Amino acid sequence: MLKKLTGGRIYDPAHGIENEVRDIYILDGRIANRPDDTRIDEEIDVRGKVIMAGAIDMHTHIGGGKINIARTMLPEDHAADVVARTELMRSGSGHAAPSTLTAGYRYAEMGYTAGFEPAILPINARQAHMEMHDTPIIDKGGYVMLGSDDFLLRMMAANKDQESINNYVAWTMNQSHAIGVKVVNPGGINAFKFNQRKLDLDENNQFYGVTPREILLRLARAVKELGVPHPLHVHGCNLGVPGNMNTTLDTMDGIEGLPMHMTHIQFHSYGTEGDFKFSSGSAQIAEAINRHKNITVDVGQILFGQTVTASGDSMRQHAAHPHAHPNKWVCMDIECDAGCGVLPFKYKDQSYVNALQWMIGLETFLMVDDPWRVFLTTDHPNGAPFTSYPHLIRLLMDKTFRNDILSTLHPEAQKASHLASLDREYTLYEIAIMTRAGAAKLVGLADRGHLGIGGAADITVYTDDADREKMFTTPDYVFKDGTMVVKDGNLIEVTWGTTHVVKPEYDISIEKSLKPYFDKYHTQKMGNFKISDDEIIDDGRGSLTVQPLHVGGPI
Amino acid sequence: MTEMTDSGMWLEVSSPFCGIASDDLTIKVDGNTVTVIKNGDAVTKKGFETPITDLSPRVKGQAVSLDKAVKHIADLLRTSKQPVIGGMATDLNGARSAMALADKSRATIDHMFSTHSFKNILVLQDTGWMTTTLTEVKNRVDLLLVIGSDIEVGFPRFFERMVWNKESMFNQDIESRQVVYLGTAPSGEASTSPKGKKAQVLAFDTANLPEVLSVLRALVKGKSIQAKSVGGIEVSVLTDLAEQLKNAKYSVVTWAASMLDFDHAEVTVQTICEMVKDLNLKTRSSGLPLSGKDGETTANQVSAWQSGFPMRTSFSRGYPDYDPYLANSNRMLAEDEVDTLVWISSFNIDKTPPKSTAKTIVLGRSGMAFEKEPEVFIPVGTPGIDHVGHAFRTDSVVSVPLRKLRDSGLPSTFDVLTAVEQAL
Ligand SMILES: [Zn+2]
Repeated sequence: MLKKLTGGRIYDPAHGIENEVRDIYILDGRIANRPDDTRIDEEIDVRGKVIMAGAIDMHTHIGGGKINIARTMLPEDHAADVVARTELMRSGSGHAAPSTLTAGYRYAEMGYTAGFEPAILPINARQAHMEMHDTPIIDKGGYVMLGSDDFLLRMMAANKDQESINNYVAWTMNQSHAIGVKVVNPGGINAFKFNQRKLDLDENNQFYGVTPREILLRLARAVKELGVPHPLHVHGCNLGVPGNMNTTLDTMDGIEGLPMHMTHIQFHSYGTEGDFKFSSGSAQIAEAINRHKNITVDVGQILFGQTVTASGDSMRQHAAHPHAHPNKWVCMDIECDAGCGVLPFKYKDQSYVNALQWMIGLETFLMVDDPWRVFLTTDHPNGAPFTSYPHLIRLLMDKTFRNDILSTLHPEAQKASHLASLDREYTLYEIAIMTRAGAAKLVGLADRGHLGIGGAADITVYTDDADREKMFTTPDYVFKDGTMVVKDGNLIEVTWGTTHVVKPEYDISIEKSLKPYFDKYHTQKMGNFKISDDEIIDDGRGSLTVQPLHVGGPI
Repeated sequence: MTEMTDSGMWLEVSSPFCGIASDDLTIKVDGNTVTVIKNGDAVTKKGFETPITDLSPRVKGQAVSLDKAVKHIADLLRTSKQPVIGGMATDLNGARSAMALADKSRATIDHMFSTHSFKNILVLQDTGWMTTTLTEVKNRVDLLLVIGSDIEVGFPRFFERMVWNKESMFNQDIESRQVVYLGTAPSGEASTSPKGKKAQVLAFDTANLPEVLSVLRALVKGKSIQAKSVGGIEVSVLTDLAEQLKNAKYSVVTWAASMLDFDHAEVTVQTICEMVKDLNLKTRSSGLPLSGKDGETTANQVSAWQSGFPMRTSFSRGYPDYDPYLANSNRMLAEDEVDTLVWISSFNIDKTPPKSTAKTIVLGRSGMAFEKEPEVFIPVGTPGIDHVGHAFRTDSVVSVPLRKLRDSGLPSTFDVLTAVEQAL
């Protein structure tokens, strides 16, 4: 079956193509060369339309224990956004923490064709994959969380060599079917279990005598040496704490040039100036990002309204519990492996702090020069639900729109920000970088995020519209692996995406120490901890796609 | 990985029966006969060893083919005005297929233990909690406070695996761990330490738990209490307990909701959870709800991610409609609101459907005996014996892979319900 998309305006930054009129051919789910004499089975006239690869959300909490706690604890939020069953779609519910089925449909309807769960606890990886298995259409995958797990900290306390650490990291990535490694409040989730209430970059975990800085270095080096394309994904120390910009700047300097992705940087860019002792650190942070070419960030933009924050950072979530709205919250210690905290939250435009958070996020977007190193996220659902991305895109692309909203926010916050003076408007090409080509490169997806020959035919077709929110809310067509799944903004077919992983090599002898460790200290056997390929494939609807590694080796 | 040795022995088998998902069982399989050889207990032995008796589906008491039975169920659901999918004692894929069928047939979905689960879920939805998981307990607990629950009856290996383990990650002297029972006294010796130290038991009528816990929480918060005794216990004893909790480095407060058998037990669970939050202002403490048998955790987990809501959700209006009161299947059945009941009970032959006027379809474990023959009975495989699967354990975090240990030919709940959905 050969399809032709005729006459679209192509935005394919991976190939340096910006607004060039070209035809696209699709054969067997892939983008194909122009055929010599093969009959074209279906031609779709897309003249004048904007064509991009399917969008990729590189950080979205769509599966796993904490997001399911968030779902269960917010019936009132769901009840306001229930979704009826149709001939095609299962029923479900939306808003802050949507049901898996609804999440998949809504992502696709917005032109997204992949989403990556950033916080898969090794011990809860099975559940994360089960939930993603029930998330239709989009491709998925995730980053496995290390850094507060007893085994790693124990190795570090014993001063094990880097090769042993690499081996453990690779083993864990394989068993939990991950495409990256994340660290959340390095060592801090663990320290909270010993009743430490904060952990600065150079502060020791009281049991292991290990600091966050050391954890970051060990893990960043492991990821690099293993050849994992996605840099170490870091949710840093002191999230949300006024003055944490200094920790963030220190963290960037401290990584010694190793690749590092700093996630939801907005929550880590706070100063302590002004009457409210809360100020924007975005200028310094953006300047540092611009200077450190090894650093990538996603913003974690907040948008106003009710949402829920779900984080592995039990230490910081516990500290934030007085801000829960409505007033209910969960913190969990998990399996000497990790933890989590879930707090509903309402961002208010007349709150000085929330208004400034909104400005800090946008300032960061606008002041980081290189769109290949900054990514569009709301840290769904922590800053706002992913369904607000079209609104966020408009804020970035439309200065008038942005400043109109800015002028309605808390007046003192307006005075504390120079957002109004930032003239930059993102171009369509830059949006395509941030949400497609750059994201695919960052996650390590060789065959996604671009429109080159042989790439997966994940394609989104938009009508160019000065109202960018409208444009990005309802694409004309979305193709997933060559199948038209969305037409005129509505879902017309339900498919099931693949799970992207990498499989770094490891020395099986590590199991000689892991097996007795599980026997002695854990409540699950090592053999039952490991997730088999069959479990991902399950009833046949799931599949694994192994993405290529970079060249690794000792640094 | 569960493995079969040459001698027909399966090692490291995980149990879907015990709520704490012990996965160190050795099991012998000979034809359809399954025997727990090592690490069994009353719950898991019964779970694994219940023999297969019937293999054939029945409609109105007559043996029929599976296809016929499936068609009959589809016919009943097609004309049903108010179907309920209840029981829900199944594995992950069984729960998935039940959700899909509920959505399509506009049924109400509920689990056989919801009365107990909701003592916890209502608290989660109202104020939340701080909880922990089994490996944390195993390595950190220094004070275990058991509220109104005789744990070893429901969870026979809890103490052996989580409290009196040989060593902990953090060099704790295991023998120094304290166990205190509040309300109920333990029926056996599981809570006694390896060297013979008995649990401290503060026994009183558990109907007084709400009152006693309110006072204990007040004492934890540093409030002074005028009364000398409350609910049959000296306030000075509770004052000591409050001090113990405040001095502990990692106390764990546990309860089995199924054993808190009094009205509005959710209020008591809430008091426990709020007390744990209070303790965490200074030290560390965690709640540990014990439950999770017969697919209880699995059903609520799958329901939450597929619909956004736990059990007690109706699809009668075409979308999920969560209402812990209106969609309570016990109430609906008792008040004759239900015309068709699909009862799923694949783990335990004793968990038969409640009496009702509804036409009843049972997907049950082989060997089930009925007071009144249901309209349709399909003997289904038991997850973790007859087919592979997954089950969540009590802490809602860890799920275990379940293996197929024998080839009985019994269909899985997933197979049957998926066929019904397709026939609709
Ligand atoms: Zn996040």
